Formats: sequence, structure tokens, C-alpha cells
Amino acid sequence: MARIVLQNSDITRALTRISHEILESNRGADDLVILGIPTRGVILAERIGAQIRQIEASAPVDLVGSLDVTMYRDDLAHHPTRAPQRTRVPAGGIDGKTVVLVDDVLYSGRTIRAALDAIGDLGRPRAVRLAVLVDRGHRELPIRADFVGKNLPSSTDERINVRLSEIDGSEEVSIDLATGAGA
Amino acid sequence: MRHLLSTRDLLRDDAIGLLDIAEDMSEVQNREVKKLPTLRGKTVVNLFFEDSTRTRTSFEVAAKRLSADVINFSAKGSSVSKGESLKDTAQTLAAMGADGVVIRHSASGAPQVLAQSGWIDAGVVNAGDGTHEHPTQALLDAFTMRRRIHGDAARGRDLDGVSVMIVGDVLHSRVARSNLWLLETLGAHVTFVAPATLVPVGASTWPADIRYDLDAALAEVRPDVVMLLRIQQERMNAAFFPTTREYARQWGLDDERLLALRPDSIVMHPGPMNRGLEISSRAADSAQSTVIEQVANGVSIRMAVLYSLLSGDREARS
Repeated sequence: MARIVLQNSDITRALTRISHEILESNRGADDLVILGIPTRGVILAERIGAQIRQIEASAPVDLVGSLDVTMYRDDLAHHPTRAPQRTRVPAGGIDGKTVVLVDDVLYSGRTIRAALDAIGDLGRPRAVRLAVLVDRGHRELPIRADFVGKNLPSSTDERINVRLSEIDGSEEVSIDLATGAGA
Repeated sequence: MRHLLSTRDLLRDDAIGLLDIAEDMSEVQNREVKKLPTLRGKTVVNLFFEDSTRTRTSFEVAAKRLSADVINFSAKGSSVSKGESLKDTAQTLAAMGADGVVIRHSASGAPQVLAQSGWIDAGVVNAGDGTHEHPTQALLDAFTMRRRIHGDAARGRDLDGVSVMIVGDVLHSRVARSNLWLLETLGAHVTFVAPATLVPVGASTWPADIRYDLDAALAEVRPDVVMLLRIQQERMNAAFFPTTREYARQWGLDDERLLALRPDSIVMHPGPMNRGLEISSRAADSAQSTVIEQVANGVSIRMAVLYSLLSGDREARS
């Protein structure tokens, strides 16, 4: 049985708030780089980037990129081979910038650990922040998010599904009581 | 994928998957830190029973960029030259904990034997066996064509409708065979052009056109890609053609033939080149030539192959 926890309008509001919070903590859009983690993190990053450009006219046009972490995962040997996704860094690079990582669900923290390693191979940002749509708890590493759409205390045998209109056709976050929890 | 032994049994989706992974790998080559931690703790053995500095180096660079440990095991000066069998060599490598074996052998089918023998539980990559196949060369050639033709939008694409002319020693060429199967799978059409003495028996059953007159074939087909094969002096053990000068005049890509090509045709050569024999210097150095790109793309493709074979859970794929 799936229970919907965030609807279309809730997601939009959460992303708008996160965009404002990012600008507030960064004191504007200078030296800002938003990197989404494929697949849904990239879509969220693009939406946040569009919001930021709307709020701050001076924001750089090339603000959003994607960061694939497949090659840096610590669980590669436990799954069938994963196909990596595209990494694209905005033209200005990330050296000296404030990088905001964007993902849909924060769970064990292992994806973010991999992302931090991947960033280290791309350059040396001034700071790295983390924005997520849903924080479901159950961290296995000392990692926390700076910007959170919704805290969603969950049990490990529940599954959180994030659906975004660009790739899933619908727009919602739901919670499933199924065996084998999601990312 | 567990092994890469031939392009003949490679499915279209798997082939495109490998080319797409290679796109990601080639982006890593442009970064400041050109290394990925992906195969940390894995051991790749380069088992070369035939000399090949280029292919071996390419595999070595690819494995090292993925943080694997590389052991080069060449036939010269090793126990193989003391008469050790393939079985004993394989078991020795297994005992040392090899996760992947890249093998080049003068006998067609040697990689297959190694993969199916049960002597070693490692991923096997065929790096050229006899006159049979050289799958990573075909993959890097297809990758190079796809990039030149589709540019940045190459991901996910095949080579539908591309016409490829492969010129030269088809008889001895494993590159020609591997290319044929892969290009056919990806939707391209292959025309072989060679002296009649250098076309193997049974080639008429291949899904390719076979021509003997290069000038007529070029004028008629107007190919997107012209690939020259190396005249392998070490295999020219019979009178396949009268003299090298005669070969160059009839089947070499000289300046005149280069100028007659479509300006957007590309010129490929797997290297090492015999300048002035199968390809003129001007053709080799022209903007249409992809020879240097092929070398760079070779590293990306071999990274993609090693990643696909060695990174995941091996039990889940057998």
C-alpha cells in the first residue's frame, strides 16, 4: 500500500524554499555550482537552478551540472555491473566554488560519501553543501544535509518512491511498505 | 558480461552499452585527476604470447586508470618460453589471485579455451587471437566512427546506414573480422576491398560485399569510412602480391585517392602504419584521419570493458 507524503505542490514549495535557503547561506549566487546526482537529483538540481536564476538575475547561466558517483561506490562488488551516467561540470569548474550537491533521498549516506570522493577528483571547492528532497534517516556514515525538503522518519523495510514529471510522468513522493528498502 | 571473447556474440544493446560507458571514461581522460578508484584491489594480468607494445600498453593504461594492479606476463623470458602449457600458466595466475586476464595468443581460440577451461575463475578479454578476432579494436573503431558522425549526441546511438570500406589484407586480419561482426550488429554496411589472394575462403558467406578494384569501389560506394589494414610483413609468407610498390599503387590510399574521397569521409588505420604502402603520409596526417583519436579512444574502450567485466558481482552473472 503506497501512502503519498508529498504532492506536486508540496514538492514545488520545498524546492522554492531550498533555493532561497541556498541563496541566503551563500549570500547570493556568486561562485555557486549546483551538482545533481543522477538520475532524479539532476532533475531537482535543474529546477533549483531555474528558481535561483529567477530570484537572482545576476546568477550565472551555467550554474547546474551533474555528478555521477557510480565509479566511486563502495558496493559495486555486491551488485551486477551498473551503467554509469553522465558527469557534466559547469564551464567555470568547481575550484574555489561553493558546490551544492542535490539528491532525491538521503538514506545511508553512502552515495554522498561517493560523491565527495568524486568531487575531490574534479577539483577543490571552497565548500560542499548537501540539499535533498527527502531525508529518511538511517545514516550509516557521519553525513547530514544542509537543506532538506522534508524529514520523513521511516522504517528500513519501507520504500520511499520519488516520482518526477520529467521522467516518471507523475509528481509525488510516496511511501511503500515493501520488503527490500530503496536507496 | 563475464568475458569478452568475440564481437560475433555481442548483442546490440551490450555493444552500445560499452560504447556509452567509454564516453564516460573518455571524459575522465580530460580531467586533472585521470584516475578512478573503481577497480581498487583487483588484479589484471596482461598475458601476451605475441608481442604487441601498443595493445598491451593501452590495456595497462586502462587498468591503471581504474586503479587495478597490473601484471605484465609476456611469453619472452617467462616460463612460457621454457615450455609451460597454457593450463599451467593459467593455474599459476589463478593462484596469484588474478581477477582479469587480457590474453593475446597466436592460436585462434586460445582465449575461448582459457575462459571455458575452469582453470581460472577470472574475466577473460581477448586482445587478439590468431586470425580470429580482436574485439576491443573493433569496439574502439566503432566508438571513433560514432563520435565523428554523431559528435556530442553519440550516446545511445548505433551506426545505422553508415557505409564502411575495409581495404587490405582481409585474409590474416582479425581486426577485419571483429569489425565486420560488430559493424553489422550496429547497422553499418561493410565492403571489403582486397587482392583476390588476400580474401579468405568462405568470405562469400559473410554479410559484406567483397570487391577487388579499389578505384571502382570507391567511386561506386562513396563510403563514409575508409579503413586501411596493415600489410603484416611477418605474415607475407607467400606471393600474395608481386611487390609492395604494386600493392601501394592498386590498393593503397594515396594522395590522389584521398582527394577523391568525400570531404566528410573519415580515414582509419588500426596502427602501426606502413606509410607509403597501405596509406600515404598525407592521408595519415590529414584532418580526415582518425589514427591518433583511435589510440586515445582505445584506452577509453578498454576501461569500459574492464569495468564491465570486473566491477560487478561476478557470481550474479554466470
